[in-house]
Amino acid sequence: MMFDRRLIECFDWGLLVLTLLILSVGLVVLYSTVAAGENAVSYVLFQKQMIWMGMGLLIMFASVSVHYRHLDKGSVAIYFTCILLLVIVLLFGKYVGGSRRWLALGPFTMQPSELMKLSLIITISSIYSGVVGEKGVGFRDIIKPLIALTIPFGLIVSQPDLGTALLLFFLSAGITLFVRVRKRVFLVFIALGAPAVPLVWFLLKDYQKARILTFLNPDRDPLGAGYHIIQSKIAIGSGMITGKGFLQGTQSALDFLPEQHTDFILSVLAEEWGFAGCLFLLFLYLVLLLWGLNISYSCRDMFGSILAFGVTLMIFLQIFINVAMVMGIMPVVGVPLPLISYGGSSVITNMVGIGILMNISMRRFASN
Amino acid sequence: MIKGADREWLKRRLIGSALFMTIAFAILSARFFYLQIIQGEDFRRLSKNNCIRLKSVEASRGLIFDRNGVLLVDNRPSFNLSIVLKDASPVARTLETLSAFTQIPLADFQSKIDANKIGSKYTPIQLKKGITRDQLAVVEAHSFDLPGVLVTVEPRRNYIYSKSAAHLLGYLGEINSDELATGKYPGVRGGDSIGRYGAEKVFEQYLRGQRGGRQVEVDATGCLVRVLNTVDPVPGKDVFLTIDNTLQQAAETMLEGKAGAVVAIDPSNGDVLVMASTPSFDQNDFIGGISSKKWKELLADEDSPMSNKSIQGEYPPASAYKIITALAGLEEGVVDLNTRSYCSGQYQFGNRVYRCWKRWGHGEVDLISAMEESCDVYFYKVGESLGVDALAQYARGCGLGKPTGIELENERSGLIPTSAWKKRRFGEAWQPGETLSIAIGQGFNLVTPLQMAVLTAAIGNGGTLYRPRVLKAVQATDNQPIEVKNPEITGGLPAGQETLKIIQKGLRNVVQGNRGTARSIRIKGVEIAGKTGTAQVFSMKKKDRERDEPLDYNLRDHAWFICYAPADNPVIAISVIIEHGEHASTVAAPVARNLVRAYLEQKGLIQAETHPEDKSKEKDDV
Repeated sequence: MMFDRRLIECFDWGLLVLTLLILSVGLVVLYSTVAAGENAVSYVLFQKQMIWMGMGLLIMFASVSVHYRHLDKGSVAIYFTCILLLVIVLLFGKYVGGSRRWLALGPFTMQPSELMKLSLIITISSIYSGVVGEKGVGFRDIIKPLIALTIPFGLIVSQPDLGTALLLFFLSAGITLFVRVRKRVFLVFIALGAPAVPLVWFLLKDYQKARILTFLNPDRDPLGAGYHIIQSKIAIGSGMITGKGFLQGTQSALDFLPEQHTDFILSVLAEEWGFAGCLFLLFLYLVLLLWGLNISYSCRDMFGSILAFGVTLMIFLQIFINVAMVMGIMPVVGVPLPLISYGGSSVITNMVGIGILMNISMRRFASN
Repeated sequence: MIKGADREWLKRRLIGSALFMTIAFAILSARFFYLQIIQGEDFRRLSKNNCIRLKSVEASRGLIFDRNGVLLVDNRPSFNLSIVLKDASPVARTLETLSAFTQIPLADFQSKIDANKIGSKYTPIQLKKGITRDQLAVVEAHSFDLPGVLVTVEPRRNYIYSKSAAHLLGYLGEINSDELATGKYPGVRGGDSIGRYGAEKVFEQYLRGQRGGRQVEVDATGCLVRVLNTVDPVPGKDVFLTIDNTLQQAAETMLEGKAGAVVAIDPSNGDVLVMASTPSFDQNDFIGGISSKKWKELLADEDSPMSNKSIQGEYPPASAYKIITALAGLEEGVVDLNTRSYCSGQYQFGNRVYRCWKRWGHGEVDLISAMEESCDVYFYKVGESLGVDALAQYARGCGLGKPTGIELENERSGLIPTSAWKKRRFGEAWQPGETLSIAIGQGFNLVTPLQMAVLTAAIGNGGTLYRPRVLKAVQATDNQPIEVKNPEITGGLPAGQETLKIIQKGLRNVVQGNRGTARSIRIKGVEIAGKTGTAQVFSMKKKDRERDEPLDYNLRDHAWFICYAPADNPVIAISVIIEHGEHASTVAAPVARNLVRAYLEQKGLIQAETHPEDKSKEKDDV
């Protein structure tokens, strides 16, 4: 394959810089959480995270050389590989804290449900790119994406990991709304969906119901999840305008959160860097999101446009759910903060996602 | 390529999305503003005064009583030593002081701290479990010199009658990470103990309480300022077992120094009154983890103290099995009350001679006297006419060859052979001669003492097989004990009342008859019905058996005795096995006799004997 010189000229340096900035913020905050433990074991977490970021960058650079339209052609294969991994994880996965989410790969573990997010975006983009028209998609066009969602949704719910499953749902719904649906379809789904809510309640596990009830009334469980939310709010609030300073956080040192280096990492940042730090991170994120939307706009084919929008939406949903969760305005569901939270599968998934954005971005002027 | 119209809507959608995301971020920023700027002052203060900590409050585990409310297992306070590293600075000096006060080697503390690398400096690390009262006193007295050192009280399981009913009561053990991961133990945390064996395990759901907790505010030195929130622990429920402690103790006293088992059952409902298995083990050794030396000793002991012989010991039923042979023979019409037979001391079958235990023969016997005197030849003939498969069908109908379904774990099912079984197991056809051995309870037959007790109870109560049970009732705090499970009938003996009457009479004569094999155990004022049995451990030639010197212990026969009393309306059914006890009538039967006497005295059915004179009288009788 001849390498178009324009590809290098059009390389999206801005997006790369932005990504590296956010990753650096993540490392700084992660350092705070591991330093609080003051022992050798937790530094291993820091080293592992560096390794994952390095791997993520490698995959990112390696993948941009392949045209993203190959994703369109390979979407079915990618999709079923991920489904297979989800089945394997259900059968042989590591049992941690009452659910099977992890596959052990030597010293590392991975979460196939993370990869499924990207795979589903690619699949749905591929389906919709063939059918979008002036009037929007109809009932018949929605069947395939619905099936594509239902299979991984069911598999992930049975792990059980409701947070990720719902994220897949919102992702699919968001992309569908993005490509426009006919009014009738929209209304029918609302009519069908509303009665389903009480049904879902009965399907929830006890601990999931407890989380939602606790969210509505934190005093209900002052020793469990309610305690975590209160402590998280104390950590965030006590940061005030400029924060307590790097490594000066006391709440994080207290070990009040079981997952302060993963899902609750933002409260550590908020405590040490204050309102200023939080706004800075939100600003970086917002620029990243708008950048992604712009890539979607400047792309010249439908698949690329929808794909870029899907990836951007995925990053947005994770940010919003996670931030709202640690501030106590949403129930506690296990959604990590993109590029900041500790965790290999999450870091790599999001970096591959950004790799896809770069891939689309640098081909915006290229001829087919 | 995207056409113009498409481009237009794409643009509108993307602008909409950008607006949506920006507004969402504005909401998040507003929330940050609210928490960090408007309420920031308050939260900063809360985080400084630092702080709110969680203290868990252990729930006490339910107690275990016997059927009459005698306490068998309770909880005693145990004191543990912990340290909070953050409060204990300088840690090294505090540990040295602590070691000097308590005489516990410094290295012990250090290893505990090293083992706890992952934990934070704010969570207490346990240094020593179960310190003595003296150590407690000295630590409390010098608490000022020991910053960060905590003494916590923890209830510790205490088995009041150590070694007694150990197999039934069971013991606790620390939960392991695999068990935690299964999610079967909600509310249980690492380091907690769960039932590992016996009643402690199978009744875990009742005995386990629910941990509570307190959200407390502490000051800089870790002292409690105030309690913010409390969730009360829910104590575990008390469990009443069906056993009778007095009887249990009596049985164990008599089994002392022997390997064997005793099971006693209430024939009217299947309540297990006694479940003894010797040798036993001390459950108190298991608290806080048994030492590997002790564990190895227990496992290496040839008399297997860790096995509950009453449900796991499988023995040939020997002559006690003649009950089944007689029952099957009567039902199948092979014999009746008047069928007579001549016993010459041996029975020629094919080219082999099958001997009766009585070398010179019983002479002319009928069914009742054959049972009374345990004539082997008579039952060889009955067995021969029945065949192995008919016998097996009746045996299974009587509850043998399958678990009784008691609540305890790892119950063995014993073995009732059939011709099909032998074909499957060994690939060989059944030999008719083997049926003869089976008819007198030797050969492949295997039963557990519990199965025999259940069978005996059913003969005594007129044919009803009950599922034996050890759980009488469960009691939550301040409530009445509630029976969680009613007596359960699992079936009836495959025999009519007439047949049962004949068998009951035969069994009565074993004790009450003039030639009965267990006539030495009679009790004044009550009739007992029973059956002796001598199970061959090792088949040997007749002449070897007649040697004068005693046999090797491991080659000696097992001694069985089963009985129920009173014979006409039984309140207790007993099965006794003494491994290598040799003599059923003088080794096993007296154990049952003493239990019958103790229980009937307790029930007021016979007069308590006044000791000195009666003892001498008894000797005269024998």
